[in-house]
Amino acid sequence: MIKDQEFLKSKASYCLDLAKKMGATDASVTVGHSISETVNFRNKSLEASDRSDGLALSIETYLGKRRSSISSSNLLDENIKTLIAKCFETTKITPEDEFNSLPDKNLLAKQISSLNLYDETRFENDKKIKYLKDLEESASSDNQIINTESSFTENKSNFILANSDGFCDGYKTSSFAASCVTVAKDENSMERDYEFSSKRHLSDIKQATDLGNKAAKQTIRKLSPKKIGSEKISIIFDRRISKGMLNAFASAISASAIARGTSFLKNKIDEQVFANSINVIDKPDIIKGMGSQNFDSEGVNSNTLQLIENGILKNYLVDTYNGKKLNLKSNGRSGGTTNLYFEKGSISYEDLMKKNSRSLYITETIGHGSNIVTGDYSVGATGFLVEDGEFKYPVNEITIAGNFKDMFKNIILANDLEFEYSVNSPTMMIEGMTVAGK
Amino acid sequence: MSNFFNKSDLTRQDADKIVSETLKNCDDGELYLEESKSESILLDDNKIKSSNYSSDLGFGFRAISKEVVAYSYSNEISKDSLKNSSENLKSTLKSIKGIYNHEIPKTNKKFYEDINPIEQKTLDSKLEVLNKVNDFLRKKDGSVKQVTASFAGEQKSIEIIRSGGEALTDVRPLIRFNVSVMLEKNGRKETGVYGIGGRQSYDDYLKNDNWKNVCEEAFRIASVNLESKPAPAGEMKVVLGPGWPAILIHEAIGHGLEGDFNRKKTSAFHDLMGEKVASETVTIVDDGTIDNRRGSLTIDDEGTPTERTVLIENGILKNFMQDRHNARLMNTRSTGSGRRENYRHIVLPRMRNTMMLSGNQTQDEMIKSVDKGIFAVSFGGGQVDITSGKFVFNCTEAYEINNGKIGSPIKGATLIGDGPSILKEVSMVGNDMMLDPGIGTCGKAGQGVPVGVAQPSILIDKMTVGGTKL
Repeated sequence: MIKDQEFLKSKASYCLDLAKKMGATDASVTVGHSISETVNFRNKSLEASDRSDGLALSIETYLGKRRSSISSSNLLDENIKTLIAKCFETTKITPEDEFNSLPDKNLLAKQISSLNLYDETRFENDKKIKYLKDLEESASSDNQIINTESSFTENKSNFILANSDGFCDGYKTSSFAASCVTVAKDENSMERDYEFSSKRHLSDIKQATDLGNKAAKQTIRKLSPKKIGSEKISIIFDRRISKGMLNAFASAISASAIARGTSFLKNKIDEQVFANSINVIDKPDIIKGMGSQNFDSEGVNSNTLQLIENGILKNYLVDTYNGKKLNLKSNGRSGGTTNLYFEKGSISYEDLMKKNSRSLYITETIGHGSNIVTGDYSVGATGFLVEDGEFKYPVNEITIAGNFKDMFKNIILANDLEFEYSVNSPTMMIEGMTVAGK
Repeated sequence: MSNFFNKSDLTRQDADKIVSETLKNCDDGELYLEESKSESILLDDNKIKSSNYSSDLGFGFRAISKEVVAYSYSNEISKDSLKNSSENLKSTLKSIKGIYNHEIPKTNKKFYEDINPIEQKTLDSKLEVLNKVNDFLRKKDGSVKQVTASFAGEQKSIEIIRSGGEALTDVRPLIRFNVSVMLEKNGRKETGVYGIGGRQSYDDYLKNDNWKNVCEEAFRIASVNLESKPAPAGEMKVVLGPGWPAILIHEAIGHGLEGDFNRKKTSAFHDLMGEKVASETVTIVDDGTIDNRRGSLTIDDEGTPTERTVLIENGILKNFMQDRHNARLMNTRSTGSGRRENYRHIVLPRMRNTMMLSGNQTQDEMIKSVDKGIFAVSFGGGQVDITSGKFVFNCTEAYEINNGKIGSPIKGATLIGDGPSILKEVSMVGNDMMLDPGIGTCGKAGQGVPVGVAQPSILIDKMTVGGTKL
């Protein structure tokens, strides 16, 4: 059973009282509990089952403008005492930092509305097994599929965030996730691809057979890839890759990167950074949203933010500490974005595919090739050569490269936005990037 | 050494009994107990930005029958908690019966001391070093606009209890010291990062003001990058420098030789055992036994002593890296490569210190032999698709080579290649094998573990460079 609010609250207030008693001027504490059960299948039989049950505690103590933190998984009172004492000793000798403080009281979340983030349904392991059997049965129906691996994870979590300014709140969340990885082989090659579904509520998870079929189809179409030559070509990013552009953008506008001066988007507020058709929104209150939250990791209320409006940068992602450095109020983004998305574009997927007589459609990238300081981007890629709107043949062992400053200004979005994950984008085209191949 | 039983209602005898009873019909399994203490102290933007201390305690209980692994963990070490886990495991394996049959080889060798690096240096003196780093770099040059420096230290104590009461223990220290510097000149910004570390005390790595060398190296890399030009795009010759660039070996070859991917036949190498996979000059080992190295382990996370495993010898594929589970199913022995990030995770076969051994050519000879290509000295991270064999890594310091001479530095570009064929493209192997500075973390299935790499300079005849200049 997941620990209830009362248990977590009593631990949190025990910690705050103790910190105060030891002389801390301020303190904040997060106590969380999470239970997760996973069943893994391989080639249509049970491979592993995994159950985890974990408590977690983290505390920050302040002495004026001095601050330090501890974290632990051991919630015995005796251990908590030792740790808080250690934390406070460290705080005393940590140098002052004028920007250290709890969040402004008037920014703290006051009313918590239900976002329907918790589904108490228990999906017994036997049912997970049945789901995965069906999934792998459909994933392996084509004889080119030589290996299937799949898993189903059920997670229930609860947490309380409390600070010495009187904030004390938290809520339960759940997630259910099914995934499938398939390997296909022909005389020339062996390829892997995947499909997954992750939701707050069990009833929203994709059908097992749909997931399996899709994974298999996506894998088989990658067989016998070719390498293409090095050239400038327009690139179409599949939705599972185009959302990555939003992740790069989000790291570049975090108040921490801006305050440190290590972002290519520093001092670009009210400037054009995307093509003028582009709007980017971060919306924390989507019902059942995978990234939804009532408040950020400091307890600050988070509202919907328009980050990009008609291509113009309107907001950074601001937390308390870096906000004070930049002379900005926290906008409830300590911990990052919530449900981040590009508003859909005006062109259909089919028209985007036909926009150029020849383009490269990317379904997977590998490597960590995004440099937020310079905006340089270079990653390994896998995909398909598209001619006249049709997939001609699979392509691999190539790289694609450019600079975000130029890439962002050349983005064209299709109108096929779906809200599947915490970061969502329609299919995207960027013209004029460099492909390195043969 | 942690005593996992003195603050619990669970006694050693209870634990032995529950383990033996739970595993009696299983092929393998164990109770893994772990206590870790860790700290991280970060200086950033002229200030001590954070100082965090963390302690973690818990167990992971595993039962294996045939191919099925059942695992349950908790951070509450108590009789009830262990019994709950036992019930969980039994319910997964209810219809399966196997035979428990494994012996663990014994050795007395230890590859690091039982120390707690966190306690061996006062917080004050750690803060002092970080502040010195900041002052040193900011005074060094007006172009220095940002300095980040950090200490990370850890002591992990583990105990493994097997069916029948056999117990194995290990205490593992690990530290890392890291400096990152950002320079700005004529509107251009570039960063340089350098770090050192391993399984000794902080001061073993910082003696003789060694922190200055770390600063100089980070500054040098950033300065080189300020002058960099767009990288070329396309297939060309690539000379890799010695040491850290061996993450190419780690990504391109290492992961593909891990036992699990080969048992499942999802690795591009699974049917190549005993075959020639590289040119004759290439020998690659994975070694967990080098004193105090980041990737070294006295015993692995299943209690097996580590060893030096020859993976490729003179171009021939000799061994995969194995944990007990994959070894048993592939009818071979564990190579002491069973590792996990912590008690929350299952054991997987993983790399330790992966090294390509020296040949007899010089870096000069390699550079001189190249008409058009690049010389890659340092890398950020890499990644591999095990199945297709394609791997990438990102240059953080690289130069053009034109007509046998090193030219201008080039911007960070991704290099991409094909694992099974890349070693056949290695045409020269240098005599200058070097270990990396002790900074690697390898990710697999969501688990990060510390690893090391080493290699001499090598010449690769054909690789795709992912620049922007056609």
